[in-house]
Amino acid sequence: MTIHQMPADDTKPAYNYAYLDEQTKRMIRRALLKAVAVPGYQVPFGSREMPLARGWGTGGIQITAAIIGPADTLKVIDQGADDTTNAVSIRRFFERTADARTCEATDEATIIQTRHRIPEAPLKSGQVMVYQVPTPEPLRRLEPREAETRKMHAWAEYGLMQVKLYEDIARYGEITKTYDYPVMVNDRYVMAPSPIPKFDNPKMHMSPALQLFGAGREKRIYALPPYTSVKSLDFEDHPFRIQSWTQPCGLCGAGDSYLDEVVIDDQGGRMFVCSDSHYCETRRVEGHRGTMLGDAAASGLVEETNP
Amino acid sequence: MYVAVKGGEAAILATHDLVAEARRGDPAVPEISVAQIREQQALACARVMNEGSLYDQDLAALALKQSQGDVIEAAFLMRAYRTTLPRFGSSEPLDTAAMAIRRRVSATYKDLPGGQVLGPTYDYTHRLFDFALMDEGGEAAPRSAPTPLDATMPRVPDILGAEGLMEAEEPPEGDPRPFDLTRDPVSFPADRDVRLQSMARGDEGFLLGLGYSVQRGFGGTHPFVGEVRVGEVAVEFVPEELGFAVDLGDVTLTECQMVNQFQGSKEVPPQFTRGYGLVFGHSERKAMSMSLVDRALKARDFGEATNYPAQQDEFVLYHADNVEAAGFVEHLKLPHYVDFQGELELIRRIRREREERLAREQGAKEPDTMPEAAE
Amino acid sequence: MTLHVAAAELALEPAPLLSVDGVSRFYGERIGCADVSFDLWPGEVLGIVGESGSGKSTLLRCLAGIDKPDEGEVLFRGGTEPLDIYSVSEQERRRLMRTAWGIVHQNPRDGLRMDVTAGGNVGERLMDRGDRHYGQIRERALDWLSRVEIAGARIDDRPRQFSGGMQQRLQIARVLVSEPRLVFMDEPTGGLDVSVQARLLDLLRVLVRDLGLAAIIVTHDLAVARLLTDRLMVMKDGRVVEQGLTDQVLDDPHHAYTQLLTSAVLSV
Repeated sequence: MTIHQMPADDTKPAYNYAYLDEQTKRMIRRALLKAVAVPGYQVPFGSREMPLARGWGTGGIQITAAIIGPADTLKVIDQGADDTTNAVSIRRFFERTADARTCEATDEATIIQTRHRIPEAPLKSGQVMVYQVPTPEPLRRLEPREAETRKMHAWAEYGLMQVKLYEDIARYGEITKTYDYPVMVNDRYVMAPSPIPKFDNPKMHMSPALQLFGAGREKRIYALPPYTSVKSLDFEDHPFRIQSWTQPCGLCGAGDSYLDEVVIDDQGGRMFVCSDSHYCETRRVEGHRGTMLGDAAASGLVEETNP
Repeated sequence: MYVAVKGGEAAILATHDLVAEARRGDPAVPEISVAQIREQQALACARVMNEGSLYDQDLAALALKQSQGDVIEAAFLMRAYRTTLPRFGSSEPLDTAAMAIRRRVSATYKDLPGGQVLGPTYDYTHRLFDFALMDEGGEAAPRSAPTPLDATMPRVPDILGAEGLMEAEEPPEGDPRPFDLTRDPVSFPADRDVRLQSMARGDEGFLLGLGYSVQRGFGGTHPFVGEVRVGEVAVEFVPEELGFAVDLGDVTLTECQMVNQFQGSKEVPPQFTRGYGLVFGHSERKAMSMSLVDRALKARDFGEATNYPAQQDEFVLYHADNVEAAGFVEHLKLPHYVDFQGELELIRRIRREREERLAREQGAKEPDTMPEAAE
Repeated sequence: MTLHVAAAELALEPAPLLSVDGVSRFYGERIGCADVSFDLWPGEVLGIVGESGSGKSTLLRCLAGIDKPDEGEVLFRGGTEPLDIYSVSEQERRRLMRTAWGIVHQNPRDGLRMDVTAGGNVGERLMDRGDRHYGQIRERALDWLSRVEIAGARIDDRPRQFSGGMQQRLQIARVLVSEPRLVFMDEPTGGLDVSVQARLLDLLRVLVRDLGLAAIIVTHDLAVARLLTDRLMVMKDGRVVEQGLTDQVLDDPHHAYTQLLTSAVLSV
């Protein structure tokens, strides 16, 4: 009998700490240990049905639920921002079920659950990144059969993946994958980094943080232990390169961050702002000002507060 | 100083209130009770129990009420609850031969021991509106005292099996406990227990479509309904402490056994093969669809070609789960603007570079084109 | 004939490249092929002829590592140690099939990736073995396209834009780019017009000779066999009824069935 089935003081049934029962957490932790031991290898696990829908982060939530404890501080981002709908929903889930201390500051967090971004501020040793993964199999688009892709990984048969990149260059002059850009982990496994922009790929390489990847619907867990080599696939004469913008962030003036495009009127007017909302805010507090801060206030993106 | 406007959390909370309001509808109309749904929408409850993988009529009715009658949403509620329940153990195998029959029909025999029992079915109704149902207070016509049914109702495949004409179905060596796909990840090729389990909780519409595709020629089987039976079966459990079976109560089940032709092989003489479907509640369409697809998925075991979707276990098992499918389809509503920004940047740059290249080529051509034009 | 002289010279090498011993494959009670044994020497081209249903394609699939025979063994001497291709791991067999071996299918659609460009098709085996320089891969692909007489300008076109003859030539380039030692061909000229066939045969003859390839070619067309092969095996009902030097078998057939086959060709 699991703890949550025990009648509590008010005799109403309650969920276990962090929702999952302890046996399930142990099962997930075993899968995590295996994943850390074989970096980049997809470990099948008994993914549970969750109270959030498949595709909405059930893999990441299960990992976070299995590793979180009362001493942890959790940051949840979606698209780099703390206040996007899915991030809010998941943060509330852990506030409710794990009594979690939550934060928006990247350097205060011990666990950062993310969908589609890695924060701009460098990660530190002791931090854990938890990625939500929709499609863990980087070869799936090339080979739909699971039985076959497992063999291709087992025997490192990755020629076909390279053919895909070759085709891009032949047709467009460059590799056109902009997100979920495949990487080679520890010179052994080709891995899907989840749909982060390729801009974030270099941040995974030799990161001091532990990086865990959970795909709930596809029932796979994989991991990058700290200081693991992560190389984005490319050709010697067509090296991997990341996105760049011609202008800095309109709010904080940052020239080194991933920018989102915000349409501000119906005349084609637009503004580029940091996708990492906490990074942008930190910079503004430090006194950096973008050229469009005033316009942003007019269009309701930011508001002026009295210090 | 400027801070980002954060409306996300408040907006999310507001949706919860709005959904409660929409669920209640016009407050002038009395609220529906869970008991009413359980008693008067039993077939919908059965579907929720099947796809939610949990036999609990009250919770199924509650799920339907809470989801405004959205069956997949209701199944999702059931699943999210079921996953937190502790496992006491597995019941004893159910004996459907000992079912208290409500309905039992066979298409392969005109008459058979126990007879054809039509029971409650829409099969022979005309689909004409009964406008009398618009008014409440109608009472079901009192039924004449039922003729008692035969005590024994042998299952049709067992009759064929006695003659050696039916594919025998033996549990695997050692009769291991069946796989539990809610606890362990499925691997392929999937065994029969995994396939049946996955289909029992699979989407009725998906299985219906696949079963239909088999009938239409996307997978060559020639099915006969050996038998469909509906009724109550006792669930027994052996607690370790007691060491003998305890009756936990009855569940309503629908079982379908589809009889298919098989040519035989070097080792096996020609015989019939079985497609099996077993579901909660009265759900004949689901049980029949399941049994069609079950037979189609046996193609590999019989050395038949596996060219069609219904014959491919990866295809059927990965796509039958409507809760997973709905989640992934609907997650497209979540923000994707970081990835979209990457695509925007790429497509703009490729277009720009193309225009620059064309302009360069145009410029390089200019001196040549002039004399040609003069010719 | 020059081909026979070349074969005789190469036959001086100490060991056969492929040794086939007692290979049989059954479909239920029906015989696919039964008790086939032979040696193939480096640089030698062996033809397998017979009518459709004679078991020649079944045999080819057994030899090429696609279908495991029910009995018998296939030994390949690619390196120093002879390799029993059905007792090595699937991984080893797959590696062999992508490097030292090549298979040319009758239908180019079975051997090509139809939604990948000609360059990508030819380059795949290079990338399989770890080549990671786009320019060099492309150079090799261009070189091979010209060797199979496909214009370099077509390198970024997809095979579905090619004629049947071009598709078949592309498939050959895709297989030969990794410089395999042994190539299996299943009716390589089947389904092509007569004039296209002649050009392809000519091309194959030159390539096989220049590269010193060993090849096993399955065909029902004795003209193809005469043009390309050094040695012939005649199959009927899953069994080899006659084998010998190609000219010998075709000009002086001993078995009644071979006589029937050759006379059928002559009468056409």
